[in-house]
Amino acid sequence: MPEYSGSGRPVIRVDDVSKSFRIPEEQMHTFKERALHPLRRSGHHTFPALEGISLDVRDGEFFGIVGRNGSGKSTLLKCLAGIYSATRGNIWMRGRMSPFIELGVGFNPDLAARDNVVLNGIMLGLTPREARARYEHVIEFAELEEFQELKLKNYSSGMHVRLAFAVAIQVDADILLIDEVLAVGDAAFQQKCFDVFNRLRDEGTTIVLVTHDMSSVTRFCHRAVLLERGKIVAEGAPEDVANRYLELNFNRDAPEHAAGAERTGSGAARIADMWCETEDGRQSEMVLQGQELRFCALLEFATEVEDPGLTLELENAEGVKVVVAGTNREHERTGRFEAGEQAVFSVSFNNLLAPGRYFAIVTVSRLGRGLEILDRSARETSILVQGSEAQGGVVDIPFQSAIERSPSTDRRPAKVG
Amino acid sequence: MSTLDYTDLGEPIRGPSAFTGDWRRFWNLTFTIARTEFKLRFYGSALGYVWTVMRPLLMFGVLMVVYSLGKLGAGVPDYPVMLLSGIVLFTFFTEATGGAVACVVARENFVRKIQFPRLAIPLAVVLTALFNLAVNFVPIVIFTAIYRIRPRLSWLELPLVVAVLIFFAVGFAMLLSALYVRARDVAPIWDVVCQVLFYISLLLIPIEKIGAHGRTLLHIWMLNPLADLIEQYRHAFIGQNPVKVPADASAAGWHFGGSSAAAAIGGYGELAIPMAFIVVVFIAGFVVFNRSAPHIADNL
Repeated sequence: MPEYSGSGRPVIRVDDVSKSFRIPEEQMHTFKERALHPLRRSGHHTFPALEGISLDVRDGEFFGIVGRNGSGKSTLLKCLAGIYSATRGNIWMRGRMSPFIELGVGFNPDLAARDNVVLNGIMLGLTPREARARYEHVIEFAELEEFQELKLKNYSSGMHVRLAFAVAIQVDADILLIDEVLAVGDAAFQQKCFDVFNRLRDEGTTIVLVTHDMSSVTRFCHRAVLLERGKIVAEGAPEDVANRYLELNFNRDAPEHAAGAERTGSGAARIADMWCETEDGRQSEMVLQGQELRFCALLEFATEVEDPGLTLELENAEGVKVVVAGTNREHERTGRFEAGEQAVFSVSFNNLLAPGRYFAIVTVSRLGRGLEILDRSARETSILVQGSEAQGGVVDIPFQSAIERSPSTDRRPAKVG
Repeated sequence: MSTLDYTDLGEPIRGPSAFTGDWRRFWNLTFTIARTEFKLRFYGSALGYVWTVMRPLLMFGVLMVVYSLGKLGAGVPDYPVMLLSGIVLFTFFTEATGGAVACVVARENFVRKIQFPRLAIPLAVVLTALFNLAVNFVPIVIFTAIYRIRPRLSWLELPLVVAVLIFFAVGFAMLLSALYVRARDVAPIWDVVCQVLFYISLLLIPIEKIGAHGRTLLHIWMLNPLADLIEQYRHAFIGQNPVKVPADASAAGWHFGGSSAAAAIGGYGELAIPMAFIVVVFIAGFVVFNRSAPHIADNL
């Protein structure tokens, strides 16, 4: 996290700002519809994109606004930029503001670089004279000297972005509002963008960055807020905000992304439910490293089953099978279950797993002629392990490390075999 | 948070609006958009700007042939020059207003991505049409020379007439572009209106033909502001054209000094009606646009 060295005076103040959009239930876009249904009230519901947002951005601060898609972060930026008017609340802003909501606004594919640079520069608030005077600078920064005469439609998308970015940073502003423009361009150009942002920040420009890339938040921002459903849910140091973001994000996205292996099985038994319990008996998807865990599966038997084999497998996000635990298929007698009977199968263990997401797969099998799979759950139930002591391995087993100076050779245990 | 001092932050920012205080930026934007549009219109075509002129000229040619067969221009002095002037002025009006209808929606990416005075968009459309109008004056000058129309003092009135026409066009441009955001059928409706206007704005059918059907019709006819403007333009351009009215109308004491718009509509009091309409459209356009400007980005 970079050191904040500004004066601490607020240059942006957002006071209890709310923004809601009216979403018509039926689009009444024509007079005809209105004429045909004069009595029908054009129904609409209000979608609150932002609710009661208050924040301050200080002079010279690199401020991050993070959140999932649809959390309202871009709406907030557009309110700051004066593109949307807030439904409620006020925004104060001191100094000249330049938004990077989208690069290359007004770019015309049929024009060459010069015309587009001037056009875009004027769009961003330069005078025509300033825009023309800075053309050389722009083209140099974009490294497009050889392609000046080319029409924009013949530019590659990377060249397009480079040109647009080069124009955007020519606009002298006290406050920059940046909306995920870092996500474009190749690695070398991205580095260049970062360098520019760093330079601007060091020169005392206040920068507000909207992103869902946590690494840029922690690398550049002095402070950040996390938005969720239009509200601020975390505010403070970028690391904390980033952690909170990851927590929220992983939690929600899991079911959509994780579905991998299909459910299989003969159907003689069914896994009705799976969950994870923590030490205090709470059901939770999120578990701490080092905690006692109990992983449970609710089984329903459709037919009579004798001595079913039960296993729990935990796979990490990369698909590596980290844990396999359960009954011993060969020897253990697990008993006889009647048709219609329910049972809970559980595996308890001390959670030594490295932080990350783990998918749980439970298999119910029967040893008859060969191994018959009665039910095998799909790769969709998961737990999220959190912890700060990760060493980098797949599991974090308890260990002691020691350093001994000038070890004597005979202390090493003898090799066997 | 409350320990910080906000006192020097000044006024809270206002959201998007039709205007911002910065007139220079407003003008720069309007002009740049208009110039780019103008440059691009015939971009890549072999004849370039010539096409700007060609369109009204070709239309003029066709109409000349058709209507000389129909003898509409018979007995009307300098009919071809008047026809051409009328077409050029009318073309400006339809380009400015028709082009403005969808302009805000078409420029969605500007509206949603940058903060700027929203009014710049429809005004740029009118400005582009104005550039075209300037180019289109070239053939008018040529025809004026061919028909040996002498310059006269009343030509000083022409810019004024054009200015009122621009004012009228700006009013509609604001009104239509703001309405279109909410109701898309403004576009076809305005198409039809323009078609109708073409036939009732004294372009093809000169005032003499209308006057021949009696003064009541003429008075009603002249309620159309475009008809007044084009007639006034003609009056200033080639002078007085005595309108021949049926003998009975004349007997009733109706007399022409010439066919200025005021004379044609029946007096300055009556002329106030179409002129007031122009002002009303402008004010309505301004108010509607100004009111919807803060929400345009939301409604797109």
